[in-house]
Amino acid sequence: MEGKIVTERLNAFFGEVHAVKNVNMAIPANAITAIIGPSGCGKSTLIRCVNRMHEVVRGAKATGKVYLDGEDIYDPETDPVEVRRKVGMVFQKPNPFPTMTIYDNAVAGLRLNGEKDWSKLDGAAEDSLRLAALWDEVKDNLGASGVSISGGQQQRLCIARALAVQPEVLLLDEPCSALDPIATAKIEDLLFDLKDRYTIAIVTHNMQQAARIADFTAFMYLGELIEFGETKRLFENPEEELTEKYITGRFG
Amino acid sequence: MSPRKAYMTELAELDELVSLMANKTSEAIELAVRSFERLDMQFVDKVERLDKELYDLNIDIEKRCLEIIALQSPVAKDLRAIGTYLKVITDFDRIGRYAKDIAEVTAHSVERSHFKPLVSIPHMANMAEEMVDLSVKAFLERDIAPTKQVFELEDKVDSLYDEIFREVITYMMEDSKKIGAGMNYTLVARYLERIGDHACNISERVIYMVTGERVVKE
Repeated sequence: MEGKIVTERLNAFFGEVHAVKNVNMAIPANAITAIIGPSGCGKSTLIRCVNRMHEVVRGAKATGKVYLDGEDIYDPETDPVEVRRKVGMVFQKPNPFPTMTIYDNAVAGLRLNGEKDWSKLDGAAEDSLRLAALWDEVKDNLGASGVSISGGQQQRLCIARALAVQPEVLLLDEPCSALDPIATAKIEDLLFDLKDRYTIAIVTHNMQQAARIADFTAFMYLGELIEFGETKRLFENPEEELTEKYITGRFG
Repeated sequence: MSPRKAYMTELAELDELVSLMANKTSEAIELAVRSFERLDMQFVDKVERLDKELYDLNIDIEKRCLEIIALQSPVAKDLRAIGTYLKVITDFDRIGRYAKDIAEVTAHSVERSHFKPLVSIPHMANMAEEMVDLSVKAFLERDIAPTKQVFELEDKVDSLYDEIFREVITYMMEDSKKIGAGMNYTLVARYLERIGDHACNISERVIYMVTGERVVKE
């Protein structure tokens, strides 16, 4: 399998609970891949395995392989912090650091990595806020609190924060579920613009969102990857009966 | 996740309406052909009524399809079904219009009997009717098996049309009094040939609806 990220026989557990079962999947570079499926199907756990966030939960473990550009990120030699720098993540609820300004939020990751040069920080703040399509809205107000802006702006600030450390992959876990349709459309437009530079994987409950923005879609059910393919094909003529039932709303 | 009750009900109602339209189309062509064969006026009104009903159904179904697309975002087999409905209702409507045209030829025919025993036209009519019936059957049963026969009949109907055309021209050249009736025969043959084409379209659409594959009859 070829892909920016490739999982091989990936299993994830929370204690005794087997949340992700033997998933083999290749996430292509410079494209948006959506992961859909009902609540509890393991889609968030799957992407959290891709940047080694899964293991930070007490009792959680993962087995199998996850390759980033052909290198196994679970290799004992691999530094999880370096993996997380390359693979950024944005969560469901916008979570800017509440005590920090917009500026400080944008460059928080860089500072954590020890960057102290103001001109570099200034450049990174502007670049990442521009990439996140937020610059024009906040450029005169960079000293305001990160939580003083709207929910949609906060979410784009979180995307800027993730982009500031120059990742290669951007993982988004339900990034629009707390946003209104206009803020959602802005995030979707942004992801569309970003996909030329990054590999993007988005977990979403919203099938129309997957259909609108994703080049590839993965459907998961009860921890298993049921079907993976081009979004257009999957939504027009799915191969698996289960996928058909889920996307047409015939799950009872 | 609970099943989408309102959506399922709307889809079921829509399917019933398209099925009703399919059945009315079969009825219209059968009555039109019978009326022409016998130059019998008693079915003409009924065919005209059916044509009007088909037109109204076409409008109603289109409206419902667009509403479902706008409000329910159908995907997968639902989307293919709705895309198919939107296409086949035009075919059903056109077939109904040709049935009406055939009935009108009967109604306006000066002659009250055919100048020769009709052989090829009833044969062609039977085949066109069968094509419509098979396409309707494939559609109603979501079964692509009958479509193979539809495509085979299409070739036969086309050849028969050429044959009838040549034959009728010969009669008209021999006797100018036969030109009026001869023109009617070529018109009816042309309508039947077009009905066959629409039946083929329906079959192609049914294949797409059922399998997701796009097939175009050469």
